[in-house]
Amino acid sequence: MRAQLAVIGRDVSLAFRSGGGALHSVIFFALAALVFALAIGPDLALLSGLAAPILWAIALLSALVSLDRLFQADFEDGSLDTIVETADFLELSVLAKSVAHWLSAGLPVVLAAPAVALLLNLPAEGYAPLLLSLLVGTPALSFLGAIGAAVALGLRRASILVAILSGPLFAPALIFGVGAARAGAVDSPQFLPAILLLGAITLFGALLGPIAGAAAIRLNMTA
Amino acid sequence: MSVFDFANPERFERLARPIAVPTGALAAVLIGAGLYYGLFNSPPDYKQGETVRIMYVHVPAAWMALACYTALAAASAVGFIWKHPLADVAARATAPIGAVFTAVAIVTGSLWGRPMWGTWWAWDARLTSVLILFFLYLGYMAVWAAIEDKARAARLAAIVAIAGFINVPIIKFSVDWWNSLHQPASVFRADGPTIDGSMLAPLLLMALGYTVLFIALLLASMRNEIAARRLMRLEGAPGRPVSTVRKE
Repeated sequence: MRAQLAVIGRDVSLAFRSGGGALHSVIFFALAALVFALAIGPDLALLSGLAAPILWAIALLSALVSLDRLFQADFEDGSLDTIVETADFLELSVLAKSVAHWLSAGLPVVLAAPAVALLLNLPAEGYAPLLLSLLVGTPALSFLGAIGAAVALGLRRASILVAILSGPLFAPALIFGVGAARAGAVDSPQFLPAILLLGAITLFGALLGPIAGAAAIRLNMTA
Repeated sequence: MSVFDFANPERFERLARPIAVPTGALAAVLIGAGLYYGLFNSPPDYKQGETVRIMYVHVPAAWMALACYTALAAASAVGFIWKHPLADVAARATAPIGAVFTAVAIVTGSLWGRPMWGTWWAWDARLTSVLILFFLYLGYMAVWAAIEDKARAARLAAIVAIAGFINVPIIKFSVDWWNSLHQPASVFRADGPTIDGSMLAPLLLMALGYTVLFIALLLASMRNEIAARRLMRLEGAPGRPVSTVRKE
């Protein structure tokens, strides 16, 4: 457990120091919102209806673009070797790496979401359900994304392969995330089941991602 | 006699060679008969008219799309757990065949949707989940394409296939939920009557034909792969150029 906490602490502090890239996710997130707004047009009424889906879609995209680095830096400088050699359960280390990825790439995006939502004219009653759905759902992206990141470890076109592999797996989180955000904004009874299902997907991801990711890392490190 | 006896490529080749041509011929006969009965010798639907004939190509393809992904995941699991080399070859060979069946299901579904629904594409729950399945196939094949070392590619691709397979029911469930939330399902629920015997016969013929076709293609593809690997090994031996065929 202490080893896992150390991994999380190290990754998060590396990400937030200069050149670490935690801010890059937020910048990408805001930029993607700008892209959507430019593509859709300045119609505030239209944007307000689309704000929650757009915010979820761009949160997913910003997870995708940062996932290929999940194990890459540790792979390049050799610390992944140490982790593989010393971990009692590599699965737990992968879980720790995923948690660190969410803390340094997912959580900043969630925190930036209200400001970006303002630009997209999200209705006032939509903020709380959107934030809650992002908080509950975006960790699933980091967990499930670990599978693709581990498989593509060390490949030249890793980032595009990670995106291709992770995209279909992200569909349920996206569906229930947007569903919860929308249902909550209109006080629909669908809100609670959607949030609970989203939480179930995150928990499921926390199980499947580390197991599959650890298996792929073991293969990539021994071969 | 266990499944491991087939791990010997020699033995596999001895078994596969004599049945390769007959399975191909049988597939041609079955699909030919199914198409004849489906396209010419079955009644038009009272609601869908002649367009119902697309069903004979479409529905079995959709069945095969799911069956092939199941086979892919099963072969991957066998290859991953027991390091069965032929299972890896089978899994790799299954993917493109399944992807083509999935593409056939999507394209014929779209052709059917144009006259029946008035649109080439509807974000119907089934269409959407089949589209996601198609992307799962493409992702699996992308892993094989991206990794040069065959043994490593096989095991990493197996992880991707198994993880994808575990996710399929969750994706299906979420897409159903998404669809029922976003649009009324009543429009696209014109299922028509319970299927009549005159339609069921060609449908089952086609399904059987597709299955035999799958087996024939799988055997051909696996024999190709084994031959290619043997060639590569032989060419790898020093001072013995065997052929000028491009190395894979």
